[in-house]
Amino acid sequence: MDSIVGKNSALTWAVNISVVVLVLLWTIPTFGLLVSSVRDKDQLVSSGWWTSFSSVERNLIKRSAPASEQSQTDDIYLLKGNVFGEEVGVITAFGWNSKAPTAFTPGDTVQMRKGKELQINADGSYLLTSPIPFTSKKGSRLFVTSVEAPIFTLDNYSEVLFAEGIGKSFLNTMTVTIPATIIPILIAAFAAYALAWMEFPGRAIMLAMVVGLLVVPLQMSLIPLLRLYTDVGIGKGYLGIWLAHTGFGLPLAIYLLRNYIAGLPREVIESARVDGANDFVIFVKIILPLSFPALASFAIFQFLWVWNDLLIATVFLGNNEEELVMTGRLREMLGSRGGNWEILTASAFVSIFVPLMVFFSLQKYLVRGLLSGSVKGG
Amino acid sequence: MEQMLLALFTVVVGVLGCIAYFVGSNFILDVIYPATGNKATQNIQRSTAIRPWLFMGPAIILLVVYLVYPVINSVWLSFHGPSGKEFVGIDNYVWLFGDAKFLESFFNNMMWLIVVPAASTFFGLIAATLTDRIRWGNIAKSLIFMPMAISFIGASIIWKFVYDYRGDSDDQIGILNALMVHFGAEPQAWIAMPFWNSFFLMVILIWIQTGFAMVILSAALRGIPEETIEAAILDGANPFQVFMKIKMPQMWGTVAVVWTTITILVLKVFDIVMAMTNGQWGSQVLANYMFDWMFRGHDFGRSATIALVIMVLVLPVMVWNVRNLKNEN
Repeated sequence: MDSIVGKNSALTWAVNISVVVLVLLWTIPTFGLLVSSVRDKDQLVSSGWWTSFSSVERNLIKRSAPASEQSQTDDIYLLKGNVFGEEVGVITAFGWNSKAPTAFTPGDTVQMRKGKELQINADGSYLLTSPIPFTSKKGSRLFVTSVEAPIFTLDNYSEVLFAEGIGKSFLNTMTVTIPATIIPILIAAFAAYALAWMEFPGRAIMLAMVVGLLVVPLQMSLIPLLRLYTDVGIGKGYLGIWLAHTGFGLPLAIYLLRNYIAGLPREVIESARVDGANDFVIFVKIILPLSFPALASFAIFQFLWVWNDLLIATVFLGNNEEELVMTGRLREMLGSRGGNWEILTASAFVSIFVPLMVFFSLQKYLVRGLLSGSVKGG
Repeated sequence: MEQMLLALFTVVVGVLGCIAYFVGSNFILDVIYPATGNKATQNIQRSTAIRPWLFMGPAIILLVVYLVYPVINSVWLSFHGPSGKEFVGIDNYVWLFGDAKFLESFFNNMMWLIVVPAASTFFGLIAATLTDRIRWGNIAKSLIFMPMAISFIGASIIWKFVYDYRGDSDDQIGILNALMVHFGAEPQAWIAMPFWNSFFLMVILIWIQTGFAMVILSAALRGIPEETIEAAILDGANPFQVFMKIKMPQMWGTVAVVWTTITILVLKVFDIVMAMTNGQWGSQVLANYMFDWMFRGHDFGRSATIALVIMVLVLPVMVWNVRNLKNEN
């Protein structure tokens, strides 16, 4: 293929550029989330993340020191301070009422009401003077426009992990995911071997059933199982959700493993049989070790699916503070903290981090699994 | 920590339990019908007849309890009232087809069914064709494939941020509205626009599924015999003709598989709608509507009826898959 395309360099360029555009389109949303999650929360809501590497100009409303801190020289009352407090910043404009918050340039001394005067300098220091004593306990409002260097911080992460309960949810998700990934594999592997290599009446029907069940929408199962759980006494809890994920994962597991195991060379199995090994021995000693790639493929599928699942967790696990899994927590936050982007972005990234790591490190197996499941005979 | 130990304990118990079952049951079978002694042949025959069922046992039980029984039970529930106890005949179905919100969900689902598989397959095909021709194709593939690992709810947050809308006077922090402003247009509250909002939600699923389509189609493209392509090029076909006349006809089977797989997924889509709009502004879909009636409406009968509609929509694919399986064997 390379040789054919190589003849036409304009075409090669066009292809390269198109792919760059595609890749950018596909990664920019996630990249925006990632960048936003490490930005200062005030900067995050006041400017787009794509501007986050340059300085930010912001309109702020600050307050002067309260009246209790005024000093008196002759007949003039003074209030001094810095609008940035302990921090450092640069003022580019200021004002004293909300109608003209950027009316003056730093260094000017401007008239306010009742003979008061205000001066704000570029470094943020201000001086308020008045012929009569100041009375405001909260201090006067000062409107400033400041230029801030971009601030990157991990504060958002420490907040979501420790204060917003994402840490707890992370553990809950792990608790759901690990057993729900491992247990179905073993059950499915035995069934897959039986379907692939053992002779018994009804085999074709069983296989057809597995293929049919592959597409049954989970929505069908929710209510009947919820009722069943209540009747049996399992209720809402980890046992219920582990079993549910095992049950729902089985059709794909059996189907994938059966495709793989059926493709193993017949001679290996036949010769073991001739040597007098029964199917159990053959399965444990020969099939399981040979099937590792298929087992890995399914494990990744199931892991991603369980980790990312919201529906089953919402239905079969409680929705209180203690039991929420990460997807459930994110949904709650979208409702309760819909505007707090610093919390949402950091939380979302915490929840997608593990699957992304799994994805990038084990992509080979994932792709192989997809292909064996979907491309039947090319 | 305690619950992590519980999880690990469960893994150990679960795995040991499974192993104990398989080892134990096979051991007992070998004890009852030993492959030695004067009845050896008869015993081997019997144990060979029984063993498959030992292998399949747990799987069959789980499949029946978790997937077969619920289908039957849902049909039964659909003829019963809110609590699932009193028989109401076809009332639920009558209600369903007169319910405006159901019709809206059904209509939206049909749009999803047309747009998402088509767009995902289309972009997947483009991505597969292009990335196969360049040196850094594998990196590009991996990046386009990446959203597949992200949960629907995580993807919803990512895209909610893209669609974010603030009043005219504020700086837009959503990139889409920032672009609108940049090019001199009015910023829009994208996900609150009736009708069109569905398309903005579809974009999320297309974004996730394109990678899947690309991976499968790319494998199919590589499976096309070189000779057919070379022959066409020698005959003077340009790349576009090669693609349309030589490659596509050999890929229809795979395209169909990709298309139906995404179709099934689309029918079950629920998280995205729930997270982005929760069915407001005319963007409801069946799966989320069913969930609504289950948890907010507390009506098992109606909820099961909506689930059955999804099931009926899935049926053709199910039949098609099973028939394909028969043809293969």
